[in-house]
Amino acid sequence: MTATPVLVLLDHAADGTLRPPVRELLTLARDLAGDAEVHGVWAGGEDVAAALPVLGAQGVTTVHRLVTDADPHLSSVLADGLQAALGASGASLLLLVSSFENKEAAARLAVRTGAGVVTDADGVTLQEGQVVAHKTVLAGTWTTRCAVTAPSAVVTVKANSVAAQDAAVPSDPRVVDLPVAVAPSSTRVRVVERTEHAASGRPDLGSAHVVVVGGRGTEGDFAPVEELADVLGGAVGATRVATDEGWIGHDAQIGQTGVTVSPRLYIGAGVSGAVHHRGGMQASGTIVAVNSDPDAPIFEIADFGVVGDLFTVLPQAAAELRRLQG
Amino acid sequence: MRIVVCVKFVPDIQSDRQLGPDGRVVRDGGDGTLNELDENAVEAALALAEEHDGEVVVLTVGPDDAVDAVRKGLQMGADEAVHVLDDDVAGSDAIGTARVLAAAVRHLSADAPVDLVVTGMAGLDGLTSLLPTALAEELDLPALPLASSLTVDPDARTATVTRRLDHATETLTADLPALVSVTDGLNEPRYPNFKGIMAARKKPVTTLTLAELGVDPSTVGAAGARTRVLEAAPRPPREDRVLVTDTGDAGTRLAAWLVERKLV
Repeated sequence: MTATPVLVLLDHAADGTLRPPVRELLTLARDLAGDAEVHGVWAGGEDVAAALPVLGAQGVTTVHRLVTDADPHLSSVLADGLQAALGASGASLLLLVSSFENKEAAARLAVRTGAGVVTDADGVTLQEGQVVAHKTVLAGTWTTRCAVTAPSAVVTVKANSVAAQDAAVPSDPRVVDLPVAVAPSSTRVRVVERTEHAASGRPDLGSAHVVVVGGRGTEGDFAPVEELADVLGGAVGATRVATDEGWIGHDAQIGQTGVTVSPRLYIGAGVSGAVHHRGGMQASGTIVAVNSDPDAPIFEIADFGVVGDLFTVLPQAAAELRRLQG
Repeated sequence: MRIVVCVKFVPDIQSDRQLGPDGRVVRDGGDGTLNELDENAVEAALALAEEHDGEVVVLTVGPDDAVDAVRKGLQMGADEAVHVLDDDVAGSDAIGTARVLAAAVRHLSADAPVDLVVTGMAGLDGLTSLLPTALAEELDLPALPLASSLTVDPDARTATVTRRLDHATETLTADLPALVSVTDGLNEPRYPNFKGIMAARKKPVTTLTLAELGVDPSTVGAAGARTRVLEAAPRPPREDRVLVTDTGDAGTRLAAWLVERKLV
């Protein structure tokens, strides 16, 4: 399998800048490709030019730019395009950032092409020519290694699974237009409205290295949570209770049905650690919990637990970090 | 309007869930239940059926115990239940399960057309979220996944959903028949009441085999799976854990610990 190129979907924002986890996937793809090339696939009408310096630094040789009249936000259209790009690149392994949209397209590809698919991997290796995906399951309590036995593999990879590194030798990526014949059935869903979420000025919750989360214990006051997040350059998340109460937008909800996060550092403030929330964060690298209730279940999984009042502990920690950072 | 809801029997999320040596979720032990997120799917179907004078069929694929999942659907108010029960289904991945469910939906469509297929957004065991779109692909139906709102216009024969993604919120619409997957933000599932529980005892559960569905056993189950678990292990417990009770300096100690661990 290593003899063929590895293909990576180049997720990007509306202004054409690559989403941060794409660099991580390209680093991983280079490792898996060995002597073969790393190709990218660009879906959407945005200008690829802004992304080329990053792609060159990552050693990408070819970018397949999908050309279609249909809306690539539809998973069926994206699947049509990815299928075409797999054909054009000759890749037998496609890596995608784990997101709901990408998993929808991955499912369709698996049905159409017979590929084996693994979602939410936190590592990918090759073993005797087979793609092996590593993943954490059952709310972060078990680790598995799963081999793809089909001739081609589609793997979605969680953010923060790989440390992004530039290639030793940069490349000058070639951009190739790839006309996509969209199946008539792919356009039966119509996008009535699509609103991009406003940028917060903080990193994306799903890919941030540091996430500070507020729960019921904040009683609606997220100021200390936001202050600590900003000192750490992190994102702000919330529990289901906090979003249901309207204290913060639903975008911020972390849990099995909200955003799943696996940052290097998770800090939960006033978070009890209900099982649904744990399912969305338990795979985090280091877990810190601050809660006034010593019986809160989150302490069972915390590397550093503070039984105390978040309104004094968080500002004190933020002030000390600012002092240490000078 | 005829609505088929696909539901799954999973180990209770509050229980101590385990993987077996084969890497599959251990499904015995008696603490299995209807996948919580599928309760939202059943609720969505029941609400639409009540609004538009329809009927609801709950459908599952799984071992003997899985019948409990469709029974819960009947108790909530579904009219009919179907359980695909076949030893050759064991070990199916999401794609294999989609293939079996699709065959069952086609089987049901032969009796009377199915207007809508509804699923939960994910199973709280594998949590792959692959099934809804794979099922739509197998059935060649338009997919409206991750609905946090859902309306059906029976005259125009369309379904419309709103869905919230990482970077955007979308409103999607498609003609019926269609597939919808729903989030737990869509509704509050009803509890079965005494009347519902008594009525469910009289409702039929149809059992179907792969042969009756015309599914080649080699394409599903462990035989048809395209992935194989090589190894499964409980995650080792976290080491060097620190628990302090704040006596005035816990914030400072936390900051020092983060710096010492090179986390900032």
